[in-house]
Amino acid sequence: MSDFGFTRRRVLTGLGAGVCAMMLRPIAALAFSSSQAEALIHKAVDDINAIINSGKSERAMYVDFEKVLVRYADTPSIARSVLGPPARSASSGQLNAFTKAFQTYIARKYGSRFREFIGGKIQVNSSQKINSIYDVKCTAILAGEPPFDISFIVHDRSGKFIDLQIEGISLLKSERAEIGAMLDKAGGSIDKLTAALS
Amino acid sequence: MLAAHLSRPLALVALLALAGCSAAPGPDGINDPYEEVNRGWHDTNIALDKAVIKPVSTAYGTVVPDPVRKGLSNVSDTLGIPGVVVNDVLQLKLGDALHNTARFAVNATIGLGGLFDPATGMGLEERDADFGQTLYTWGVGEGAYVVLPVYGPSTERDALGVVVDIVLDPVGNLLGNPEASYKTGLKVADLADTRYRYSDLYESVLYDSADSYAQMRLSYLDNRRYELGTPIVAGAETADQTTTYDLYEDFYE
Repeated sequence: MSDFGFTRRRVLTGLGAGVCAMMLRPIAALAFSSSQAEALIHKAVDDINAIINSGKSERAMYVDFEKVLVRYADTPSIARSVLGPPARSASSGQLNAFTKAFQTYIARKYGSRFREFIGGKIQVNSSQKINSIYDVKCTAILAGEPPFDISFIVHDRSGKFIDLQIEGISLLKSERAEIGAMLDKAGGSIDKLTAALS
Repeated sequence: MLAAHLSRPLALVALLALAGCSAAPGPDGINDPYEEVNRGWHDTNIALDKAVIKPVSTAYGTVVPDPVRKGLSNVSDTLGIPGVVVNDVLQLKLGDALHNTARFAVNATIGLGGLFDPATGMGLEERDADFGQTLYTWGVGEGAYVVLPVYGPSTERDALGVVVDIVLDPVGNLLGNPEASYKTGLKVADLADTRYRYSDLYESVLYDSADSYAQMRLSYLDNRRYELGTPIVAGAETADQTTTYDLYEDFYE
């Protein structure tokens, strides 16, 4: 019988959104610290906990979730990164449109897993600085399930999170593979990919 | 007798050590020289899921009540514990070996032959170990990514681990027929239960991804390396780990 190497731990949540690219430099100049990275994720997690226990409809939760992404994650950089090398030749208008479509797609895709999170919570445990990133380790505690590990990866350059790992599975890498495959299907056209996402 | 029993897997280990040494992951941390063959098996496995596994697990999940399914899965887990203890010992994790032995003793007795899991509530939670992990602690390389027929994603190291775990399993070796096939039946029921319980998740990856093969490969490798304790960004452990978060380097070129 196939289990395809899967368990429910590979449940997914979300990625991020952000600040205008040019704004990153001045922020980066400030020394970002481990405690700031933890504080950021504490706030993000509080917002997420409030959403999953708000009793709102799934649709309304997607909208709220997208707001959390925009606020705490660096979506323009994430969007650029998942596009890969084709992002270099794209115009800023194309990139902006793609970023917008991408963050809505992420909110919807991972937000649809929120049903499994209702009544649960995420707690922040500790953080660890590794080169220019902070790994903020959390535990997701869901009703009737063994707790599992999630990690927010915060970059000191943007002071926002750029990845979320669930039991080691990186959503950034996963979306790089997924968006790459979708771009191939769109014949390499970023405009067609953007249209397909929204 | 015992030596004869062990010589087979040990010969395989030696072979694998050679295979593991020759193979290095690419810049994305993925070593998949058999991609073409793997994709073929991936498609076959998906077809099998559609035709058999999904309908069977849906029927099992619908007909058999949840507590019964959970109980049978618990029995299957409990029967697997002695094999886990063997690996704990092979990895010299004697604390885990004792922990799991106590877990087995509690669940096999108070847990009514493993139907219930009172051990977890007593602080004797599940602590898994397998021969793929044992090989990792012995320093054997991961080898190439492989998709096994029916079983799904694996690596050369883990595929060998799966085979050796069957050979070394004390419960499997003790049981004659037909008890051994009951154990297999319980394992199948456990997998069907998992497939049913998390069907939304399976299906979003298997059927809604633009490239389900790439998604499975990435998820398997990420999760397995995490379980084994490979650091997420560690010096030059693999090229992948140093480039994953280089979002901003590229940005300011």
